[in-house]
Amino acid sequence: MHINGAQILVKALEDQGVEIIFGYPGGAVLEIFDALRESSICQILVRHEQGGAHAASGYARALGKTGVCVATSGPGATNLVTGIATAYMDSVPLVVITGQVPKAMVGTDAFQEVDITGIASPITKYSYLVQDVKDLSRIVAEAFYIAESGRPGPVLIDIPRDVSLAMEYYKPCEKVDIRSYKPNLKGHPTMIKNAIRLLSEADSPVICTGGGVINAGASLEVKKLVEITGAKVVSTLMGLGSFPGNDPAFLGMLGTYGNHAANMAVQNCDYFLALGMRFDDRVVGNPEKFAPKAKIIHIDIDPAEICKNVSVDVPIVGDLKNILKEMIQHLSEGTSKPRSINYPHHNVKIEEGLNVPWVLRSLKRLAPQDLIITTDVGQHQMWTVQHYPFNRPRTLISSGGLGTMGYGIPAALGAQLAQPDKTVVVITGDGSFQMGMPELGTIAELDLPIKIIIFNNQVLGMVRQLQHHYCGKRYAGVNFKKTLDFMYLAKAYGAEGFRIENAQEVPEVLKEALGNNKFTIIECPINPEDLVSPIVLAGDGLEKMFIFPG
Amino acid sequence: MKHTLAVLVENHPGVLSRVSGLFARRGYNITSLVVSETEDSSISRMTIVVDGDERIIEQVTKQLNKLIDVIKVNDVTNEDTVNRQLLLVRVNADNSAKGEIAQLMDIFRARIVDIGRKSLIVEATGDEEKIQAIIRSLQPFGIQEIVKAGIISMVRGPK
Ligand SMILES: Cc1ncc(C[n+]2csc(CCOP(=O)(O)OP(=O)(O)O)c2C)c(N)n1
Repeated sequence: MHINGAQILVKALEDQGVEIIFGYPGGAVLEIFDALRESSICQILVRHEQGGAHAASGYARALGKTGVCVATSGPGATNLVTGIATAYMDSVPLVVITGQVPKAMVGTDAFQEVDITGIASPITKYSYLVQDVKDLSRIVAEAFYIAESGRPGPVLIDIPRDVSLAMEYYKPCEKVDIRSYKPNLKGHPTMIKNAIRLLSEADSPVICTGGGVINAGASLEVKKLVEITGAKVVSTLMGLGSFPGNDPAFLGMLGTYGNHAANMAVQNCDYFLALGMRFDDRVVGNPEKFAPKAKIIHIDIDPAEICKNVSVDVPIVGDLKNILKEMIQHLSEGTSKPRSINYPHHNVKIEEGLNVPWVLRSLKRLAPQDLIITTDVGQHQMWTVQHYPFNRPRTLISSGGLGTMGYGIPAALGAQLAQPDKTVVVITGDGSFQMGMPELGTIAELDLPIKIIIFNNQVLGMVRQLQHHYCGKRYAGVNFKKTLDFMYLAKAYGAEGFRIENAQEVPEVLKEALGNNKFTIIECPINPEDLVSPIVLAGDGLEKMFIFPG
Repeated sequence: MKHTLAVLVENHPGVLSRVSGLFARRGYNITSLVVSETEDSSISRMTIVVDGDERIIEQVTKQLNKLIDVIKVNDVTNEDTVNRQLLLVRVNADNSAKGEIAQLMDIFRARIVDIGRKSLIVEATGDEEKIQAIIRSLQPFGIQEIVKAGIISMVRGPK
C-alpha cells in the first residue's frame, strides 16, 4: 500500500523503537504531525523548539536511548540550534527532524526557508536533506545508527514538504551499512599492554571518568579496576555518577572549578588514566601544566580526541567497556600493588545557612538514591557538581560542554518522561530559570511532579564572580533590579510554591516537596556575594587553586 | 610544512561544503583543493594541500576521517608520487618577444595556446617547482594574468 512520506517517517521511527517525540508544529511539518496522530508514538507539545531539543536530550541522558524532536522549517529549525549544539558538545544521541520548503523552492529564499543542514553542519554528527521519498526509510535507520554508535551525537533529517506528501511503499530498512563510517571498537593490543604495564609500575595512579564511561555503560568495569589497583578516582562534570561519589576512592570533580583533593591528586600522580573524556580546557586548566609527573593514558572511542588538547603517552581508541574488561583480565593476574598518594589538600567547610552547598547537603540527606538532578548553568551548577555526591550513572543531567543556560527545566521534562518513577529535581538560578521558563507550561500540562529549586541571588552570579576576579569587581549587566514574585508564577502554572525564608525551614520544605508528588517550585534566596570556591584562574595549572572564605 | 592529502569521499551533494567548512571553522589553511569523480562514479577524490606542523596535520587527518562522508584519508606527502598542476599565463608579447617566449617555453615543454596582438597564452603542466620556474621565466616580459589549477597527485606503482 502506498502511504505518504510523513507516514513512512513515522513508521520508520516506530521501527526504531521511538516512544516519545518532542515537537512543535508548523506549515512544513503538517503531514508529520498528522501521521503522528495515528501512531503509537507519544507526541509531546513543548512550548519552544529549543526546549524540545533539550527535552529530547534530557530524555536521552536519563534513559540511555536516542531522543527525538521535530520542528517546522525556518524559525522552528533555527530555534533548535542551541539544543542541537548542546547535545553535540555533550555527545548526546538525538535524531532531529525538521520540515523544509518543497524541493522546487529550496534555494529561492521561500517563506520560512533556512538552510538548516548548512547551519547545523558544525554541530551535528551528520545531516540529511531528503531528496527522494524512496530514501526516507534508509535515512531514518542510518540516522539512528550514526547517532547511537561510536561517539554518540545529534543527527538532523531535513524533509521537504513535497517529500512528506509523496506516496510510496514503506519498506523497512533491514540493515545499515555505511562504507565510510565504521567506528573502531577494539583497542590496539600493544597499547593496552603498555597501559597495563605502566599501571602496574605506577605508585600513585589516578583514574578520571568522563562522560564516555556513562555512554559506554562501563561503570562496573571502572569499579572493578579501582578495586584491583587501589587507584584514586576523579571525574569530569560529564562523568559524575559513573563512579560512586560516596566511595572512599573518589576524590571529586577535576578542573578549574574542581574539588581541591581531585586537582591535587592529578597534579601529583604518576599515572593518569583518562576514560572517555576530551581534556576540555575547564578540565585541564593550562594544558602545559597538566599532570606534570604523570604518564597519561587516554582511552576514547573518538580518535580525533586523542592528543587534541593534551599530548598523551598511550593512546587507545575503542570501546571503553571492552578495553577495561581486557585490562582487568590481565591485571587480576597479580600485577597490582598497594598505592599511596600523598598530597596536601584542603576541605571546603560548609556553613549552615542559606547557601547552595548547605541546601544541597540537606537535599542529599532527604533524597532517594536514584534522584535525578538536572542543572542550569552558573554558580549553582558548580556548587552542585562540587558538593552533591552522584552515586549512580545518569543521575546528573547538566550542560557541560556548551554551558547552556535554560537547559535544566526542559532537560528535567525529558528526564521525568524517561523515568516516570524517579524524582527529578532542577537546580537553577534566577537567571537560568527565566531562560528555561517556557517549558513550565509543558510540565504543568503533563502534571509532572518535577521539583525546581531556584537559588535566587538577584544576579547572574557566575558572571558577577568572573567580573569579581577579572574586572576588578566592576559589575556590569549582571543585576536584576526588579524583584519577581516566583510564588505568583508557581500559582500561574498550578505548581506548589515554597519560598524559603531561613535555614531552619530548609529540611522541612525539601521533605514536603519530595513527598508531595506535585509539580513544585521552591525559591531559596542566597547571598549575591557568595563565590564558588576553590577555583583555578585562567592560565594557571590545576594545583593553583584560589580558596575564598565562606 | 605543506602536506598533500588524498581524500576519498562519497560523491554526494554537500560533501565539498562539509570538508571546506571543517577547514574554515577549525582554522586550518588550505593551499589548494581539487575535487573530481574517480573511476567509481559514487566516489570523489579530493586532493588537498594543507599547510601546518605535524600536530595540525594529524588533527586535520583525524577530523577529516570523522566526517561521515569521508571514506579514506591518505597523507601522500612522503610517498613517491607524481604531482601535477596546470598553469595558464597571459604574458605581454610584442612581435619581437613572441619568438623568444616560444623558444623559452620549448625548454619547459610548455605550449603556446593562443596568440593575441600583443600577448600570448602559455599552457603548462608540471610539478610545483616547474610551474614556479615557468612563471619566473615569463616575469621579465610582463605577466598580465595567471590561472592555476590545484595540485593533483598519484602514488607511483611498485617498480
Ligand atoms: C545561554 C547562555 N547565555 C549566557 C551565558 C553566560 N553565563 C554563564 S553563567 C551566567 C549566569 C547564570 O546566572 P543564574 O542562572 O542566575 O545562576 P547563578 O550563577 O546566579 O547561580 C551567564 C549569563 C550562558 N552560559 N548561557
